[in-house]
Amino acid sequence: MKPGSIAIVGAAETTELGVIPSMSQIQLHADAALNALRDAGLKPSDIDGVACAGEVPTNVAHYLGLVPKWVDGTAVGGCSFMLHVRHATAAISAGLCKTVLITHGESGRSRIGALPRTIPPATLQGQFEAPFGIMGPPTMFTIPVLRYLKTYGITQEQLAMVAVVQREWAARNPRAMMKDPITVDDVLGSRMIAYPFRLFMCCLVTDGGGALILTSADRAKDFPQKPVYILGSGESVETPMISQMADFTSSRAFRVAGKEAFDSAGIRHADVDHLMIYDAFAHLPLYGLEDLGFVGRGEAAAFIAERNTAPGGKLPLNTNGGGLSYTHTGMYGMFALQESVRQVRGTAPAQVKDVHVAVCHGVGGMFAASGTVVMADRQP
Amino acid sequence: MTERPLPAITPETRHFWDGTRAGELRLQRCATCSHVYFPPRPFCPQCASQKVGVFRASGRATLYSYVIHHRAAPGFVPPYSIAVVQLEEGPRMMTNIVEVEQTPEALQLDMPLEVVFQRMSDEISLPLFRPAGSAA
Repeated sequence: MKPGSIAIVGAAETTELGVIPSMSQIQLHADAALNALRDAGLKPSDIDGVACAGEVPTNVAHYLGLVPKWVDGTAVGGCSFMLHVRHATAAISAGLCKTVLITHGESGRSRIGALPRTIPPATLQGQFEAPFGIMGPPTMFTIPVLRYLKTYGITQEQLAMVAVVQREWAARNPRAMMKDPITVDDVLGSRMIAYPFRLFMCCLVTDGGGALILTSADRAKDFPQKPVYILGSGESVETPMISQMADFTSSRAFRVAGKEAFDSAGIRHADVDHLMIYDAFAHLPLYGLEDLGFVGRGEAAAFIAERNTAPGGKLPLNTNGGGLSYTHTGMYGMFALQESVRQVRGTAPAQVKDVHVAVCHGVGGMFAASGTVVMADRQP
Repeated sequence: MTERPLPAITPETRHFWDGTRAGELRLQRCATCSHVYFPPRPFCPQCASQKVGVFRASGRATLYSYVIHHRAAPGFVPPYSIAVVQLEEGPRMMTNIVEVEQTPEALQLDMPLEVVFQRMSDEISLPLFRPAGSAA
């Protein structure tokens, strides 16, 4: 696929964000979808391709009254939407459909119309992880970190700094759930969840959703919003079991997806003006910065502590406040994509100057999957 | 209080759970490329050979990484460790570290460990690990 031949022409989040007990999960998908259609100046009958995760596409298509001729239900966790963008660019390029709607909606906090969270006991994870007391992401995603800290001599104070810097971005964003400034001491004094992880190193749990609309670049100029061009993308998976991740200090899925995204976009690290790295927990930006190649192995904590990713820094990162401070419904990847789109359009609350190239990197499961999307404000 | 979740055995994992019930930690080794692997499957994940065998592992391991969970979970009294151990034979597995204080000071990365088996039901015994040489 030629870089820049497909564009995002509609993007929106749910009207409300955070605690939304008045909406079930399917309605959160629809609320975001209707907002994105309005953003693009389109009607449901203009959509001929649909992709979503959390709900199956059948549910979303029926609920919205869509008649799709292209469907993608890829569900690999929170980065599913990065994969949907990648798949949609391929499908539109191949002529399978013209206009794709991608939706996310999750009642992560209120659990209205949400699907049960269970690990089937006959799966490998059910047999070889569930019996040992895992209780959701805080007890799984976090397990590799002590090995990472020991390998590179990183301190818990440095880990805490990730949350501190992201709160600085959140303070600039009126829609962020957590906006009050915090210090390293605040983070290290917050309630212990799963040593070494304390509450402020863990993401929020919220309700919300988001939606994107993609079409070919030659049509994109006719839409009301400034097109955001897809330069390239990558995807991969590793293992559904955190205990079987090959290297506890680096994600193979990150490395594969990231390299493919950079190569297919034809960009180098110096070209990147803005970066999103899915931060379900404070260590993810560290792994992401290293596995995407922005810094060397073990160098990310110092890079963040030296304020390179903070407001005014040379590589603005997670400028909405991230999953740690903005919102985190469960599958946060859609919100990372929304912030990348806002930054490239020039409409973000904490707008970075002159964003021409933005990289958006997602994780699914516990380092189980990854998707990376490179966006730009112009065709190459 | 509800109990901790127990595995539902599948045909491909039967040898492992038969092993823990008999007091043995069983791994698989590829006859073609010698790769030792876990979790169980009837072919080698490295070379795809179906000539694989089951053998009794030493039960020796080191502490690779862990968290200490501070919230309630079915069948557990917090705080409790959820660990990944590095088996002497190569593979890693999730487990709990037992017979030791559940503190960062007592749980040092790379400390030597040995397997113990905790009977949960007629069918299931779980492989847990304790500091090596801590047997009375």
